[in-house]
Amino acid sequence: MLLNCHGLTMRFGGVVALDGLDLRLNAGEILGLIGPNGSGKTTFFNTLTGLYTPSAGVIQLAEKNITAASPQTIFRAGVARTFQRSRLCLPLSVFDNIAIGNHDHQRKSLWSTLLSRRALANEVREQFDVAYALLQRFNPMLSEKLDQPVSSLSMIDRRRVEICRALIGKPKLLLLDEPSAGMTFDETRTLMDDLLAEKSRSPSLSIILIEHEMSVIERITQRCIVLNFGKKIAEGNYREVARNAEVQAAYLGTQA
Amino acid sequence: MITRTLAMIVFAVVVTAYVAALMGTEQQSHVLLLLTGGVIAVVVALKTGMVKILQNGETGKWPEVLAILGMLALTYYFREEHFALLMLATVLFMSVACFGLTIQMGYAGVVNFAGAAFFGIGSYTAAVLTKLDGLPDILVLVIGGLIAATIGSLLILPVLRTRGHYAALVTIAFGILFKTFLEVNDVLGGPQGLKVAGLNLFGWKFNDNFEIGSLEISFYVNYVLLGLVLFIVAFAVTRRLERSWMGLALDAVRLDEIAASTFGISPARWKIFAFTLGNFLAGIAGAAFAMMLGFIAPNNFTLGDSLIMVSIVILGGLGNPWGVPLAAAIVIVLPEKFQVLQEYRFLLYAALVIVTLLVRPQGLLPRSMRVFPRA
Repeated sequence: MLLNCHGLTMRFGGVVALDGLDLRLNAGEILGLIGPNGSGKTTFFNTLTGLYTPSAGVIQLAEKNITAASPQTIFRAGVARTFQRSRLCLPLSVFDNIAIGNHDHQRKSLWSTLLSRRALANEVREQFDVAYALLQRFNPMLSEKLDQPVSSLSMIDRRRVEICRALIGKPKLLLLDEPSAGMTFDETRTLMDDLLAEKSRSPSLSIILIEHEMSVIERITQRCIVLNFGKKIAEGNYREVARNAEVQAAYLGTQA
Repeated sequence: MITRTLAMIVFAVVVTAYVAALMGTEQQSHVLLLLTGGVIAVVVALKTGMVKILQNGETGKWPEVLAILGMLALTYYFREEHFALLMLATVLFMSVACFGLTIQMGYAGVVNFAGAAFFGIGSYTAAVLTKLDGLPDILVLVIGGLIAATIGSLLILPVLRTRGHYAALVTIAFGILFKTFLEVNDVLGGPQGLKVAGLNLFGWKFNDNFEIGSLEISFYVNYVLLGLVLFIVAFAVTRRLERSWMGLALDAVRLDEIAASTFGISPARWKIFAFTLGNFLAGIAGAAFAMMLGFIAPNNFTLGDSLIMVSIVILGGLGNPWGVPLAAAIVIVLPEKFQVLQEYRFLLYAALVIVTLLVRPQGLLPRSMRVFPRA
């Protein structure tokens, strides 16, 4: 098992955003995380990546306890993510943005920065090639734009850059927070094709996907978990979950 | 490529001659004429896209080499003119300090409205240490930088814990505290200030005029050359820092701390690094500046001076090291040329900064995309 969350709870004052969540994920699995707005999906990602310290509960990644660890430690343990509202550095180039995801493999001593420029140049060359190859798999046109500012890209290309930034560090677990947000139906489908192709290339990569677009969930996840008010209300494959009465009530509202 | 190189050489010669003419004249009518001509030339250059040459790109080392040659030519031209040389040296020392601010504000996004205080810490360190015999003066410069960096580290905790306006307030408070501390401290001369001994490098006394053959040379030439050396080093540090993984990490921290931290980048670590390195540069510049002036007082290091430093960095184009000397020259030399305006210096800065930011929101020479070193 890659990820094991037990009794994960996150309170903000009186608001319980996550309420005793148990979540398990096997290596290589794609898990969908769904639920109405405010049900705690993004809070779960923020807690898992160390941006929030959980109020209670345990998070284990590959048998290692990462509860309350710093975001940096959790990234090093192999968790990378995207954000619901794109958080790229807009004035920076496509290459810069992707290279941020490879921070741990870049020489950063003051000495080498100031004096061994040739070694730095070689390292840049290598990482440039890696970023080029990575983008090539998503969109060959995009890999020609490595030195252009991200602010000049379309929404779907920004999403691709964000996913590549998360992938370049070779994570074990990829967290995608609503990748279809702000995109058309066709764009979403293209992006999911890219993602499935990427997944088939590295079978051990695990993915947790937050998504409102149910066709996406149905198509690419093997299992999904439904949250409501921070609690898990259903778990299973998409068809099972969609038939669940409590899930339907959560989405459509109950009649009092 | 040859035409481009030629264009750069012509540009450098014209700029050098222009600066020499502007700094050399005393007549207000000439100053006015030159300034009007300068503004028209700049507007024309901007409209025709000629300034692109000065910005990043495949220009090799030409811009750097030409700038150094231009500076040397100016130094030679003004070899007997104390005041013009004082201006040149001041621009150079101020630029070194502003490279520090560039690293702090332009790269890491750590606001610092106490630049003059860190500059002043370097100055006072020089004043105190040059009284002690036996310490080589070149070491005094370095210690000036180290002490500025060390005292700056006291500010790190409040600066890290606050954001935006609050962090600015913390540094403003520190700047005011520093000046008040100097004024009430009798050991450091109180409001009257302290004398500073001139630099003595291996027996060469920087504060004595000298002769080469039949040429009478002002002692300020020594300081212009020292300023040029410090400038070159600080410029190279700033530029290489930006064009490296360190520069990328600093940008990531400035633009989105939260996203950066989910990719293993520690915002605190990089802010501390930038703040310390920036204050180190300001301290060195301050120490050298104090040795040149020979006398320093708390009034040299006011909040107003800190604001001037910030306006230099913003006016030049936040994050572009080329913008720093340009803006420093405008902000330091122009008011001196406008004797009539002396009392209204701040009015001129304010008007300049406002107009520039309206016309060119990114500064005179905006920073362009990062150019990594090529293998």
